[in-house]
This record gives sequence, C-alpha cells and structure tokens, in this order.
Amino acid sequence: MTADSAPRDVWVLVDHADGRSVRKITYELLGQAQALAGAAGGRVVAAALGAGIGGLAGDLGVHGADRVMLADAPVLERYTTDAYAAVLAPLLEEARPRLLLMGSTAWGRDLAPRIAARTGAGIVTDCSAVEIEDGRIVATRPVMTRKAIARVAFAADGLRIAVVLPNVLPPAPAVPGRTAETVAVPVTVDPGAVRTRVVEIRPLARETVPLTEADIIVAGGRGLKGPEHFALLDELAGALGAAVGSSRPPVDSGWVPHDYEIGQTGKTVNPQLYIACGISGAPQHQAGMSGARWIVAINRDPQAPIFQIASYGLVGDLFQIVPLLTAAVRRLKAAPQG
Amino acid sequence: MHVVVCVKHVPDTEAPIRIRGDGRGVEESGLNFVMNYYDEHAVEEGLRIKERAGGSVTVITAGPARAVEALRAALAMGADHAIHVQDPGLEALDHLGIARVLAAAIAPLPHDLVLCGKLATDDNASIVGPALAEYLGLPQATAVTALELGEGRATAHREVEGAVEVLEVTLPAVVTVERNINEPRYPSLPGIMKAKRTPITAKALADLGLAPDAAGGPHRVELVGLTPPPRRQPGRVIPGEPDAAVRELVRLLREEAKVL
Repeated sequence: MTADSAPRDVWVLVDHADGRSVRKITYELLGQAQALAGAAGGRVVAAALGAGIGGLAGDLGVHGADRVMLADAPVLERYTTDAYAAVLAPLLEEARPRLLLMGSTAWGRDLAPRIAARTGAGIVTDCSAVEIEDGRIVATRPVMTRKAIARVAFAADGLRIAVVLPNVLPPAPAVPGRTAETVAVPVTVDPGAVRTRVVEIRPLARETVPLTEADIIVAGGRGLKGPEHFALLDELAGALGAAVGSSRPPVDSGWVPHDYEIGQTGKTVNPQLYIACGISGAPQHQAGMSGARWIVAINRDPQAPIFQIASYGLVGDLFQIVPLLTAAVRRLKAAPQG
Repeated sequence: MHVVVCVKHVPDTEAPIRIRGDGRGVEESGLNFVMNYYDEHAVEEGLRIKERAGGSVTVITAGPARAVEALRAALAMGADHAIHVQDPGLEALDHLGIARVLAAAIAPLPHDLVLCGKLATDDNASIVGPALAEYLGLPQATAVTALELGEGRATAHREVEGAVEVLEVTLPAVVTVERNINEPRYPSLPGIMKAKRTPITAKALADLGLAPDAAGGPHRVELVGLTPPPRRQPGRVIPGEPDAAVRELVRLLREEAKVL
C-alpha cells in the first residue's frame, strides 16, 4: 500500500455468513465508503476475516471495493473478540486509513469498541449517517430513546471508527466485471491466546431474514391477546416475504422470545415497511421502529400514539383486518404484474 | 466469586427531554434520573452469583454527585460495597475516557467477573464494556442473555443475527448483559435501610493515579450538537369497513408507497 494514499482510504470490515455470502450491511458500508473515499480521492478497502473466505473477494469487487485485505485462517473460522482484534488492530495501525466502517451487528458492536480502545481510535456507534463537513467527518446518531439526534465530529487526526446501523444506507450497486486487488494478510494469532471459544451456534428456526435486515416487518403487540395469535402475523409475513417482530408486552408475557422485541429494550429496525398490529406505540417502542420508511398501524383504539406516526392507519379489529390483508396481498402476488 | 458491577445514572426513558439552548446536552432540571435499566439486570446477575457461589458484589459508577443514587439503588438490591468516582475532570471525557477511569478503579479490587449493562439508555453507545475489558486486559462477552459459571470459566449465550451463540470465556472476564438474562428484584425495606447506612467510597481521578487530562487521552470525538428528531407527519386514517379499508391500504402501499 502506498503510504501517501492510505490516509485517504476508507475501510470497510466485511460482515459475512460463515464465508459463504456477504451480509447486506457490508454492501451498505461499501456504498458509504465509495461516497466518502471518492470525495477524498482515496480507495475503498474491504477487510475480510474468516476461514475459507477467498470466494468473497469477487463479490466485494463487484460492489465497489478497490482492494480486499483477506485474512483467511482456521483460527478465524468463528468470530472471537481476541482473534479478530489481534488481526484487525495492527492492520489499521499500519495502514492508518481515514475511516473504518463497521456494521452495528452482534460482532460489530462487540469488536469496534475493543479495537478503538486498543488503537486509541475515535469511535461513534449506531450511526445513521456519516458525512464530510468542512473537511471533518461527522456522524449522525439517535440518542435518548430517539428523542434527540446527535451529531458527533471525529477529531482531525488519528484513527476513526464508525459503527453504522443496518438497513439505513443504500447498498453499493453491483457493477458486473468490476474487480478488486486482493492482498493476503498473514495471520499469526496463537489459538491458545484466544480466551473465548464458540461452543455452538443455534440457528433460530423461525428467522428467515434477520429483523435488522428485513425490508418489511410485521409486528404484534398486546392487542394480539395471546401467543397463538402470532400465527396470524406469520401468515401475513409469509405472504409479504416479511420478518415478524413484537413490541415489549408479548415478550414480557412470554408469548414470544426476546429476539422478537423491537424498541428501546430490543432491536432497532429500519425497514421500508413496518406493519404494527395491536401495538399502541409507546415511546419505548417508537425508539426502535420510527426510522421505518412507511408505517401501517392497525389498532382498535383511535387514540393510540402509533397513529401519530403511522403513514396509514386502520382503526378496527386486527383479528378481522389482518386476515383480510393477508388474503389481499396473496391475491396481488398471484396476479400477473404489469 | 468477587463481582464488580458498573452502573450509570441516566434520565428515565419515560420522561420527555428538553435540549439545552447550546445543543450540547439536555436540561437536567426537572428530569428524573434512575439507574440505567440494563445495569439493574447486571446488578441482579451479580447478586445471584454471590448467592450461589459466595463472595461479594461491588458496584461502581463514574459520574456527578447525583449518580450516588444509582449506587444506593444497587446497595438496596443487596450489593455489598459501592465506589463513586467523582471529579470535575470526568465531564470532559468521552466513552473511552470513562472506560479508562473505571479500569483504573477496578484493577486494584478483587474481580473474578466484571458486569455491565449492554448499553446505557441515554447515549446508546455500548462502548464502555468492551473498552473496559481491553484496558483491564480481560476477555469479554457482550449482550449476554444467559450466564453460567464454571471452574475458571463461564458459558454465555448471546443473540446474534438469526442465531444464539454459545460462548465459553475464561475468567476473570467482562460480561455485558441483555435484559432477558434475569428479572431484577425489588429492593427490600431492610435493604433500603442498609443502603442508607453503607458507606460509599469516594474517589477522585488523582486517587486513581489519573491526571484529569491524561484520563481521557486526546479527544477523539466531539458532540457537535443535539437536535429534536424529524417529526413524522401523521398520515391518514383509512376509513370504511374492514374490507374496503384493506383494499384501499393495499392500493396505497402499491401505488403511493411502492412497497408491494
């Protein structure tokens, strides 16, 4: 890497599913990196860590990476804080890019602060935008249960890490035939020095698309009255190709597990369409979903706060409305388009 | 098993906030502050470990005078000791700076396990836990939904995208907790009485061997300002019988929102 251009480069840490495929957030980060690097005349560098991940390089090039730093070693097969930090921190300290973008995913949130503490990098988490303003890199992030939006500027010098919310930024377009230069990164991590061990990964049977990546989410609240009625939402979600979530009361009542929960004490989601069924829309729930592009509210109570933020509201009995909606969507999908 | 639990005193998430005129923070007057919600779960986990394995629970906070209330709340739940790092120099620190301060305060204490909430509900950063682990030289497990302690190691469950990860971590370690790890107890009346009598150890940055300007290192990030979120315009309520309303909704989703 030429020393003179590296400070203008923007790095992306590649999030992938066991080396088989690149996660959606990575394309979103590559899109952001292209905008930021292009403005500064730097390159987009994708850092990929894992085992047997060589196959990802082509896809990363197609989606805007100019260079792929490939750390491919058995010790990196599963994400562990120690091994990944041991590989990434020295790479960053050597290359000194202008910015490293990471996804706000389970391992992004685990790794980014650790790397920042080790390298002395400035770090901003949960970013919904990263822009250059008067030569400074400024990140935007929701705070205080989304009751305020903070703008945070990185220092003029030193390393910088922005951890970006999934599903907020547009993904980099695919350019067929575009390729990236691949650089193999030597991995010298001693497996004995890794202090955590992944014993097991238990896939959630229900989850097809993770809530945080879903374009459409169907969510249920207290108005569903019992766990058995989530089947209504499953059917609507099936028709829409959506993921199913919930507000907090169904979780507290034990109707659905905690991984369904959207809101202050659950997940933050940014889908294109959010269909809230029997959800009143307390501020704590809105904190997790008010970033949705379009919101549909179905609720008996016309005074429910959810109607204050809903793009379209239907006041009425969800047990009547949701099956009608499912049937209408199925008809629409079955009909010839055009 | 000696457990140290880090807690933060934050505005109640129920309360509306007022952004200060200079945009550099929120008006604290009239705002109700409580122990960070996730930290209550961390305190509870610490107490359960002590009840099973013996040892002690020490709670620690780095914050202004009012933050002593978060420590009292943890003592009332059953924590044994409390440390309050209070110093004018704290105000200038970013998250990494606070993590350095906590590390300096925790390092001399017996600590088999350090627990934190997975994030604080005021600034949502989730930086301090892993940064603290780095400064203490300890391994970490973050956003943990179940924790089981064994000999020299712990097994932790974490929610990851589309799966639950089961992780083994050597002790001592820093563990940040999710809300479904346990159900925090309410303080008992004797607990509340005891909390009032328990002395709280006060520490200034100098007591921890930190100069105010050295604690945070050079400023890496700076708040430019806070603004209210963009107001979502309430849309329309679609009138009519369910059948007709659903037809209209589907039409709008298709033709206006273009999401179907």
